[in-house]
Amino acid sequence: MTDKAADGTRTIQVEALARVEGEGRFKVRVEGGKVVRSEFSIFEPPRYFEGLLRGRSFEDAPDVTSRICGICPIAYIMGASKAMEDALGWEIPQPIADLRRLIYCGEWIQSHVLHTHLLHAPDFLGLQDSMELAQSNRSLVENGLQAKKAGNRLMEVIGGRSVHPVNTRVGGFYRAPEQEAIHGLVPELEAAEAMSIAALDAFSGFDFPDLEVDYLFVALRHISDYPITEGRIVSSEGLDIGVADFPDHFEEHQVAHSNALQGATIDGRPYLVGPLARFNLNADRLPPDILALAERAGLAPGCRNPFKSLLARQVETIYAFREAARLAKAYQPPEPSFVEAPLRAGTGHGITEAPRGICYHRYEVAEDGAIVSATIVPPTSQNQRQIELDLIGTVERFHNLDDDDLQWRCEQTIRNYDPCISCATHFLKLDVERG
Amino acid sequence: MKPRLAVWKFSSCDGCQLTLLDCEDELLDIAEAVEIAYFLEATRTTRAGPYDVSLVEGSISTADEMERIQQIRRDSRILITIGACATAGGIQALRNSRDHDALRASVYPSPQFIEALATSTPIADHVTVDFELRGCPIDKGQLLEAITALLKGRKPAIPDYSQCTECKLAGTACVMVTKGIPCLGPVTQGGCGNLCPQVGRGCYGCFGPKENANTGALVAEMAALGADRRTIRDLFGGFTASAPAFAAERERHDG
Repeated sequence: MTDKAADGTRTIQVEALARVEGEGRFKVRVEGGKVVRSEFSIFEPPRYFEGLLRGRSFEDAPDVTSRICGICPIAYIMGASKAMEDALGWEIPQPIADLRRLIYCGEWIQSHVLHTHLLHAPDFLGLQDSMELAQSNRSLVENGLQAKKAGNRLMEVIGGRSVHPVNTRVGGFYRAPEQEAIHGLVPELEAAEAMSIAALDAFSGFDFPDLEVDYLFVALRHISDYPITEGRIVSSEGLDIGVADFPDHFEEHQVAHSNALQGATIDGRPYLVGPLARFNLNADRLPPDILALAERAGLAPGCRNPFKSLLARQVETIYAFREAARLAKAYQPPEPSFVEAPLRAGTGHGITEAPRGICYHRYEVAEDGAIVSATIVPPTSQNQRQIELDLIGTVERFHNLDDDDLQWRCEQTIRNYDPCISCATHFLKLDVERG
Repeated sequence: MKPRLAVWKFSSCDGCQLTLLDCEDELLDIAEAVEIAYFLEATRTTRAGPYDVSLVEGSISTADEMERIQQIRRDSRILITIGACATAGGIQALRNSRDHDALRASVYPSPQFIEALATSTPIADHVTVDFELRGCPIDKGQLLEAITALLKGRKPAIPDYSQCTECKLAGTACVMVTKGIPCLGPVTQGGCGNLCPQVGRGCYGCFGPKENANTGALVAEMAALGADRRTIRDLFGGFTASAPAFAAERERHDG
């Protein structure tokens, strides 16, 4: 809904934001081409995960926190597991770490492809949804669904099911999948990589709105690999810290006039996590031919156009298929399938790269394994403030669009983030007044 | 005219409605067979009711949700609840037995701004529900069966036997008998395909209690195997914690 007052003020408003995970709305008030008021509100009810974990066994954290989000359960399972292993001092052998990376590739694929093909691509073509897209370009949608299925299949074979897998645990896996089952996935993964390259070509022909934002990018960075499950925290300003130092450099604020906890650097600045940040900080960790595909598609390192996050997601999809096929070919069932050691009291930190960006977990555990305290900082909480700044940037940059088009462009700006509002367990309603 | 389908979200993780989008082989056929009149996770198009079938995900945990579900019920010929949140209140229903103010304060620095009810309750506590699909998440096969059957006017063929029966049917070795692992299989409704026992872990009850669940006998067996009170409490205090049969055992083992 939009309305225009006689004095030239415009209010652009969407009550229920579509094609996102979770529930949100936004309202922007413009005077003379300048945004005077902007609200990106979340009406996702709180579920108090951090409070509910207290007193439960450390073993429950991965399964319970996976229910924060049905689209990225592995991110929560792995972040919680790694934080617990850090608290307990358990070392994870490489074959288990590799199997974790493999199932995580499955999550990146299904989450990214869902967003690029079904939720985000329709925006660039002026279509309401992927059903309309299927009418104009059925093969693009069908190939997307096949690619998504390949990601889900990978999660099912390793995890038992794709939404809230059951085979993962602190220390590793309940049972190692059989070698033939994993090797059998390779042809499907290789075929899907080829389809994803074709999709990147199709996406590269989209008309990307021209917007540059001065982002502070934050992502993991690993000694040799494109970051998924491991790495140090780095930023585009040269930050380079260990995972346990996250709370010393980033914090969550509950803003005045707001129910929200939103992320910022310790000196109060917004930052960006997710595919565009990962790509910009780790382009040299991609295989050279995949980086060349990205550049040919119009995504070069240094890209600051939020609309091109679509391309970054698709490049990461290609990488995830490549990496999954490599890991699947080399797979031998880890023996044993999990490690255990005596319990001890401690505090642990864990960060992995969820599809939407770094996701931080911290737990304090008592001697008997009971959780004393839990802190989780999901990617969409961290991006929330930057989403709002992008929204202001979009309105000011494109204020000449008519009301319906500007409203849609605003929606598209939010969808650039593939925002997972269910994930942001503790942000509710943002109400920022700007003079 | 095509039947009109709507998908609604309340307090939840989105995983059950995602299950519909995860029907990759069937999705485009479904989109042709029905009119998707309201499904925010998938489309900008929203059409007013009435709807032939409404799928409802999530529990009721705010005052706004209490009002919203009433309108959806009025607009829907058939209302199906999908998943553990909608059918049992979800993991967030663990708040029901806690001090809500203290819980809010444990997560939010300014808890007075957080608008939520002290309880998380299933949809059926608020409106008449025509059919329910259990699970955290729901099973894809059961979802397709329910939509198809209800649109054709027949009763969905969804089993109501226990997880334990599923293991027997599949020939999965009993984790409790062979490994001494506590398992909710004997008291949990089947439907997932005995996923957890297949990988050597006990069922954690995400499909909720089966009818006439004899939890007392199972608890005695778990205790005999050496499970402590906290383990039993938290096993029953999972994703269907506030389903009455499970809530009773959890409370008996609390403290």
